Amino acid sequence: MARGQGQKRGTATLNWYNPRVRSIFYQTVVLVSVIGIVWFFAATAQENLERLNISSGFGFLDTTAGFGIIQTLIPYSEQSSYGRAFLVGLLNTLVVAVIGIVLATLLGFFIGVARLSRNWLIAKLAAAYVEIMRNIPLLLHLFFWYFAVLRPLPGPDNSLTPFDGVYLNNRGLILPAPVFDASAAYFFASLALALAGSVFLIRWAKSRQIATGQLFPAWRTATGIVVLLPALVWLIAGRPFELEFAERDAFDYVGGMRLLPEFVALVLGLTLYTAAFIGEIVRAGIQSVSKGQIEAAAALGLKDSTTLRLVVIPQAMRLIIPPLTSQILNLTKNSSLAVAIAYPDLVAVFAGTVLNQTGQAIEVISLTMAVYLTLSLLTSLAMNWYNARIALKER
Amino acid sequence: MKNPLVALLVGILIGVGGLYFFLPYDPLSLGEGPVAVTVSPDGAVERASAGDTLRRVKQRGFLQCGVSQGLPGFSNPDERGNWSGIDVDFCRAIAAAIFGDGSKVRFRPLSAKDRFTALQSGEIDILSRNTTWTMSRDTQLGFDFVGVTYYDGQSFMVRKAAGIETVRDLAGGTICTETGTTTELNLADYFRSRGLSYKVLSFEKNDEAIVAYDRGRCDAYTTDASGLYAQRLKLTDPDANMVLTDIISKEPLGPAVRQGDPQWEDIARWTLNALLNAEELGVTSENVDEMLESDNPRIRRLLGREGAYGEAVGLGPDWAVHVIRAVGNYGEMFERNVGTETPLGIKRGLNALWNEGGVQYAPPVR
Repeated sequence: MARGQGQKRGTATLNWYNPRVRSIFYQTVVLVSVIGIVWFFAATAQENLERLNISSGFGFLDTTAGFGIIQTLIPYSEQSSYGRAFLVGLLNTLVVAVIGIVLATLLGFFIGVARLSRNWLIAKLAAAYVEIMRNIPLLLHLFFWYFAVLRPLPGPDNSLTPFDGVYLNNRGLILPAPVFDASAAYFFASLALALAGSVFLIRWAKSRQIATGQLFPAWRTATGIVVLLPALVWLIAGRPFELEFAERDAFDYVGGMRLLPEFVALVLGLTLYTAAFIGEIVRAGIQSVSKGQIEAAAALGLKDSTTLRLVVIPQAMRLIIPPLTSQILNLTKNSSLAVAIAYPDLVAVFAGTVLNQTGQAIEVISLTMAVYLTLSLLTSLAMNWYNARIALKER
Repeated sequence: MKNPLVALLVGILIGVGGLYFFLPYDPLSLGEGPVAVTVSPDGAVERASAGDTLRRVKQRGFLQCGVSQGLPGFSNPDERGNWSGIDVDFCRAIAAAIFGDGSKVRFRPLSAKDRFTALQSGEIDILSRNTTWTMSRDTQLGFDFVGVTYYDGQSFMVRKAAGIETVRDLAGGTICTETGTTTELNLADYFRSRGLSYKVLSFEKNDEAIVAYDRGRCDAYTTDASGLYAQRLKLTDPDANMVLTDIISKEPLGPAVRQGDPQWEDIARWTLNALLNAEELGVTSENVDEMLESDNPRIRRLLGREGAYGEAVGLGPDWAVHVIRAVGNYGEMFERNVGTETPLGIKRGLNALWNEGGVQYAPPVR
């Protein structure tokens, strides 16, 4: 260090013995080379496209798409633009990913805990589940569940109707759709209020318990508030929404809400497949918790379920979260297999139909890749934030 | 703090310098546009790749031909991997024109999605894969269609029991199709322009689409009429299903080549024209040897006994003789692969020659 400080006054010469100087030098060389190579490929592609008379650019996103999509969460018609079709596909991907992640995580935790059960049958069933589900390729899962969902269902003529207005057939599960009028805003406001109140109540009960040791039935009370308050407002506001029932036409039911068999099969396949991996991660996490902790909890007289909830899981989570993040990312990316069973996700709609109609492979594929990259990075960010929050706090 | 800053600057310098030496050309001059284009004295732009394709194919010793992943009658492999079909025969015809041997061709099965990229990137020399000739494909994707091997049109397959007579009866129904085809667009155009509603299920491969239709997930399955006849054979009960007589679109199926090599384009175009002219002149795979002695000047020009038509596109004088020996004329190709004697049982219809009630018409060899 003495040498380095001596040179600091003189002219700017490189001190190769300074690790900081070396590392900045090598990193700069690598970074500039990588940027240059990417630039070179982009420029070459651009030049070749021009030479071959292939149109390029993102102008096509404003052009009329002209094709129909069977599931649209936002208004969309054949007159909408390719950009709109992109959004429809993106939302369809997101809805599958979010529902799949929630279900797979819940099922995975259940399987992981069940594998460690002292009940022989439950433990072996969970083990068999893991071994069977994770060893079948996901694409086969999708085909199996799609055709397994389709096969027993009758045609629209013989729909199953457990309740009036609810129809189950091979075109999907058709439910009555709620139609809202103006005063429905009060209903939603009361629902939001009840939820916020519950969160506050549960936090208050917990801090009181820590401070005084007194228990308060916070969860039961919260459930009551969330159910009763909106119900009361609904009655006072004069039932602000009606149900729109589906009606039969020549081929199918029109109106109402609909759950497509493709959607169900995709969620089912993704959930069952990913839950097997999550189950193993959860098991590993739980087994990593020192046996002494459990014995200590037992010595304090805690119930098994309380030990699991308050002693084991919080410590296991630190090991579970990083690999769980990978599985969640996998599930999101695996949803791109949807096109095999005709579910209109981003890859099916945008990298499939739009790509073929416009022929602009580079633009379409890079946009699709950018979407998955963004989704993955956002998921990682959220999970890392959560991981940092629950990390062991050394006091 | 000075040292790290200097290291940064030196790093950038060395990085840029290294790139400058190792890249095949100066990355800073790319903005000046295509380098491989030269302008000949009369002002016409010649692309560096002109004539390249034939040279490369000859060097390699075989033709790379992009076909479908299995469509009976057009390009379909048997259990031993031998390909047959109209699209396959067309590639054999080109191989015969170049090498005098129709077997010097390798088939590359391509999905509807991958086919254009495979041609653009040079992975295949010719795309002969029941591809509809449309303006956007011809003008925006960097390749040219060379003609029409089969005039097709989009139609629908429905269950006989459903009582559907015309496409209009399908209003409100669910329709299965394959993604990334003109079929999706035609479907939307047809129903939208008539104010009819419909639901579309687009599968990546037609195998799943046809199973979904078979299981009753959709009320109809749509693709080109020729494809419907072929797919019907895969159903559990083909006789319970029928193809509607309505045709809702023009689907001229033809081979395509990359833009920028006029010689290669001419070879593909005139191989097709030779097949059609041969049928018109009555030259078949059986009588081609006798026809060599014919007095008819049109036949003599086609078979290379007069003029130097083959040499003009870089082929031998008897290029058309090899083509006809290898696959026969257009009529033979049609009857062998999709005609009334085959399981597909398709009538010539639009695909008959112009003087027999169809629209197949080839410019003359002269």
